[in-house]
Amino acid sequence: MSERPIRVLVAKPGLDGHDRGAKVIAQALRDAGMEVIYTGLRQTPEQIVEAALQEDVQVVGLSILSGAHMHLFPAVVEGLRAQGADDILVVGGGIIPDEDIPLLKEAGIAEIFGPGTPTTEIIRFIREEVAKRFPKGRENDDKD
Amino acid sequence: MFEKEKLESIRAATREYQERLEAQVKKRPERQASFATDSGIEIKTLYTPEDIADLDYERDLGFPGSYPFTRGVQPNMYRGRLWTMRQYAGFGTAEETNARFRYLLEQGQTGLSVAFDLPTQIGYDSDHPLARGEVGKVGVAIDSLEDMETLFEGIPLDKVSTSMTINAPAAVLLAMYIAVAEKQGVTPDKLNGTIQNDILKEYIARGTYIFPPGPSMRLITDIFAYCSKNVPSWNTISISGYHIREAGSTAVQEVAFTLADGIAYVQAAIDAGLNVDDFAPRLSFFFNAHLNFFEEIAKFRAARRLWARIMKERFGAKNPRSWMLRFHTQTAGCSLTAQQPMVNIMRTAFEALSAVLGGTQSLHTNSYDEALALPSDESVLIALRTQQVIGYEIGVTDTVDPLGGSYYIESLTNEIEEKAMAYIKKIDELGGAPEAIEFMQKEIKDSAYRYQMDIESGKKVVIGINKFQMAYEKPKNLLKVDPAVAERQTAKLRALKARRDNQKVKKVLSNLREAASTKENLMPLFIDAVKAYATLGEICDTLREVFGEYRQQIVF
Repeated sequence: MSERPIRVLVAKPGLDGHDRGAKVIAQALRDAGMEVIYTGLRQTPEQIVEAALQEDVQVVGLSILSGAHMHLFPAVVEGLRAQGADDILVVGGGIIPDEDIPLLKEAGIAEIFGPGTPTTEIIRFIREEVAKRFPKGRENDDKD
Repeated sequence: MFEKEKLESIRAATREYQERLEAQVKKRPERQASFATDSGIEIKTLYTPEDIADLDYERDLGFPGSYPFTRGVQPNMYRGRLWTMRQYAGFGTAEETNARFRYLLEQGQTGLSVAFDLPTQIGYDSDHPLARGEVGKVGVAIDSLEDMETLFEGIPLDKVSTSMTINAPAAVLLAMYIAVAEKQGVTPDKLNGTIQNDILKEYIARGTYIFPPGPSMRLITDIFAYCSKNVPSWNTISISGYHIREAGSTAVQEVAFTLADGIAYVQAAIDAGLNVDDFAPRLSFFFNAHLNFFEEIAKFRAARRLWARIMKERFGAKNPRSWMLRFHTQTAGCSLTAQQPMVNIMRTAFEALSAVLGGTQSLHTNSYDEALALPSDESVLIALRTQQVIGYEIGVTDTVDPLGGSYYIESLTNEIEEKAMAYIKKIDELGGAPEAIEFMQKEIKDSAYRYQMDIESGKKVVIGINKFQMAYEKPKNLLKVDPAVAERQTAKLRALKARRDNQKVKKVLSNLREAASTKENLMPLFIDAVKAYATLGEICDTLREVFGEYRQQIVF
């Protein structure tokens, strides 16, 4: 069985226009052999959930620097759950105060990557988590 | 700049030096195989008169206050007056930001700079569904003239200069500022300040656009035309490289893309029937001060010379004020680290020094905790004190352009100008900046990725990230925006809508809708609308109906 690449949606929720980090991560993941879709700016949680399902991704990476993460990150996880897609790995990055991180993890965000995180660390985390969550590769491959 | 015979003998001596140098390097290799600036300009071991042999003092440098302004825009620069120390501030409600403004003015700050929250920047009221979670977060929430009155309560608008970081709805916020001034008894001709009003860099790098380029450019030229007659001291635009650099561009790209945007605005205004010398003296610029010290200084000087040449030669401007590139600088937010945050004070100080040595007109210094949160009162005070040390204690302000004539600085200035000019030519070929948005985005994205990979490979050293890491203490007292701001703003909006004359609001909005589909200058209509307490969201929604909304092309 040939191994299918990991598929990732990199998304910018909210009104924040800072997408340098999102684009750098997207390119780093792609260079690491993953298939990456970038949503562009100003996505609502609903739009992100829809894109994640439509694109059949295993990972959603959320980036936000405006401070609206406590509202927007959990909304994405809840939206995925409501669609029965709670196996999708959701990670986040940006300017996130330390005290918010445990709350976000409780809400179902698997990991928060702050400023200064090397892209290699994010790649390693995604590979490990995806291997755990999707031991047989992409789930929908069988259904199509 | 040098006599021929002298140059010959220097050339011969340089060859001898090269031989000694090679022997030395053979014995002890240098720290790196090669050295380069952030823009990839190769740096030589030594610069000599040979490197600037073609420099013509009067043509290329001239005197400060004269064409081509390489050495500065005023004849005596900081010996007359220091730059304006202007800290960008705003968070929560108008009441809280008003308190921060008064605090900064008491500490010796000389100008105000307003940060608006994202819903305000994108023309949504605080009760809009897309504003959820964002109200008051990265700046102050302004929904109507009422909030603007509170924001400037007790601050005489004829005594301060105010910079407003507002772009897509800049005309509406300027209308509010004019209306607040009028209530204070201050006429528009007494107002000093700047609106950012630079929509092209929003499409390219910053992201707070609303309308498509066509109508957006029209709003900008309406402002140019209105202010040239009514608000003559107002800087009608701040053409910004800052965000282009923050998005990851190099110094050369920052100059090139910013001036290419500038060219597009000048062309649009000329196409709208304005005379270049009527509006060009009020154009201003905004640059980043990053870490590569000498390249940054050279960048400011190159930008000044290049703009002067563009305005004179390309657009035929006659008024010397039209040739002058006056600029605000902010130190590089993206150079700050969350790790060992106190080290950011040093980074910011060196960046600020490069801006001063480059001849900035105003300056914002970042606070050391900004990779973690909005700055606290304590951290913003250190940032302001950093500027005051540069201005008052270390003597760099006592003569004009102290690095002018340095072989290295002049050589770098030439090279940056040349490379930026090549980019501008390329953008011209693509049809100008509005047509080259995706091209610029791609260039910026590639530079950002290279920068990150250089950090990860250790080629670029960042203390605390890839060298000299250690356990560190996180700053305490980080600023937290009160989550109740959104509720308070929503309640205020509800009360306002119940209290105001809603018939009148309907009328001013319908007038605006009508005028928007003609060529009429919209500024007077915005002033009428805000005075009737139409909200920012209502005004922008009216324009959305006529203009439509911009849809971003995803470049990745």
